[in-house]
Amino acid sequence: MKIKEEKYSGLFKWIAYAVVTFSTILCLLPFLLIISASFTRNDTLVREGYRLWPGKLSFEGYEMIFKFPDQVLRAYGVTSLTTIAGTLLGLFFITMAGYVLQRKDFRYRNVFAFIIYFTTLFGGGLVPWYILFTKYLKLTNTYTVLIFPGLMTPFLIILMKNFIRSAVPEEVTESAKIDGAGDFRIYSRIVLQLSMPGIATVGLFLALGYWNDWLLSSLFINHADLYQLQYYLYNVINTVSFMASMGGNGVSLGGDIPTETMKMSMAIIATGPILLLYPFVQRYFVKGLTIGAVKG
Amino acid sequence: MIKKSMLLREIVTNRMLFLMLIPTVAFFVVNNYLPMVGIYYAFTRFDFNKSLFDSDFVGFQNFEFLWRSGILTRLTLNTLGYNAAFIILGNIAAIVLAVLVNELKLKWFKKLSQSIMFLPYFISFVILSVIVYNIFNYESGFLNTLLKGWNMNPVDVYSTPWVWVPLLIFFYLWKNLGYSMVIYLAAITGISDEYYEAAKIDGANIFQRIRYITIPMLKSTFVVLLLFALGSIMKGQFDLFYQLIGNNGMLYNATDILDTYVYRSLKVTFDIGMASAAGFYQSLFGFALVMTVNAIIRKINEDYALF
Repeated sequence: MKIKEEKYSGLFKWIAYAVVTFSTILCLLPFLLIISASFTRNDTLVREGYRLWPGKLSFEGYEMIFKFPDQVLRAYGVTSLTTIAGTLLGLFFITMAGYVLQRKDFRYRNVFAFIIYFTTLFGGGLVPWYILFTKYLKLTNTYTVLIFPGLMTPFLIILMKNFIRSAVPEEVTESAKIDGAGDFRIYSRIVLQLSMPGIATVGLFLALGYWNDWLLSSLFINHADLYQLQYYLYNVINTVSFMASMGGNGVSLGGDIPTETMKMSMAIIATGPILLLYPFVQRYFVKGLTIGAVKG
Repeated sequence: MIKKSMLLREIVTNRMLFLMLIPTVAFFVVNNYLPMVGIYYAFTRFDFNKSLFDSDFVGFQNFEFLWRSGILTRLTLNTLGYNAAFIILGNIAAIVLAVLVNELKLKWFKKLSQSIMFLPYFISFVILSVIVYNIFNYESGFLNTLLKGWNMNPVDVYSTPWVWVPLLIFFYLWKNLGYSMVIYLAAITGISDEYYEAAKIDGANIFQRIRYITIPMLKSTFVVLLLFALGSIMKGQFDLFYQLIGNNGMLYNATDILDTYVYRSLKVTFDIGMASAAGFYQSLFGFALVMTVNAIIRKINEDYALF
């Protein structure tokens, strides 16, 4: 019996290491491709194709982008602003909602939970939403329209609600109440302190949503000054004419724009900062993402 | 009357709790409930200068056009098929991977692989389109560079519709696996060691321990994820399809879903009538589908019903 058990475990361990190593490499490879391409000379790229290793190092893609940095920097600014403002605001609302919805003594919590969940089941669709924002709320070309739609999702609220329920023991809030603390004080002084992993996790999702968004720009923004970074990148990738016009008034870039390398360099520039966030929130992640047993 | 006064009393005693919910409720009212009024657009001839209820009522004309264009079946099947594949394969792969990662004994390797597998979740779909282009473009893509190196004929992926079915599924998994794996891993981490110890003493081998302890313990996590996935089975993954396929009409047969169709009707062909009709069809069909599935599940086992 004992020998058999060990044989199985050994076999299983090998499978585990092999499969996980394989998946890890598969996840990493495409990144290497982009990084390598962004440091390759454009003509080499066109002639020899994409490789995992750049051969001779070249920065011409990056140089080209920062020759006329105004638009890139402005897109960076727009995205940074919406990401920071949206994430903070969203976290504030979501934690409050999560706290209230997990309060067992709050009689209407199920009613409100249903109001929130129902939106995942049924909706008006893209067109009425689009018309409401453009025609009735007049939000075209505003920061508001870049921030508002990403503030919260039903999933994040329920994630937060469950996290608070498991992280903040009822006795703690009860005793704080007996000591005369109001509901908002309990929330701001106790609940927020105890819910850091949940806040970090939800915050990361919000930040990712804002940083990676391009759709809102494509729907609601016509001024290039208000383009989000990803939409700017999308334009760089998809329209050569866009690049030719990047030089601005009267400046001709000539025919030798390193288009391929530039696309790849843009991709690296547009991803960088959000990756830096990861190490800081990673340690909270496994705790923050505990989902389950949440019906009702 | 009695009910009203109860609500009123509740608001007075718990006014702070209601106050704290206001931003959230306001958000969903504006972002989700107000647009539902606009479903009426699907039954009118759209005119930007007229307000919603002044527009000419045309009954089911928009739906008729949509039906006669002959694409509705294809769009529906594509949407359902892809989403079903995403949900089923996504969850199976995530569970398998989570179980395997959990068995890794080398701490640093476990951490590192987990971090790297999470990386794809961080990038935007615009970047994903760069990656896919990078690998598959005809002239200089990584794949064709390799093939040429082996003296084989290059392949033209961007004009071959059927290969996009596995490709889209693969890149969906590639992007989301790390994330859903961590969700399941978190659930596995929460399982008490005592169960495993007891099973070991009873002589259960590792496969039996996974089959009879780990998998059943993941059920509630699975149900919650399913609950949210099912709600959006007619929506979802617009970014993926639009960024990878874009307006490449050659591939639509295999890749067009309702979301991309609605978006194109709104932003590219400016056919508001069709777009709102298709959007309403999408919402209604999805809703009916979830209700039906839920009713069936409820009959089989009430505990697993969504609501």
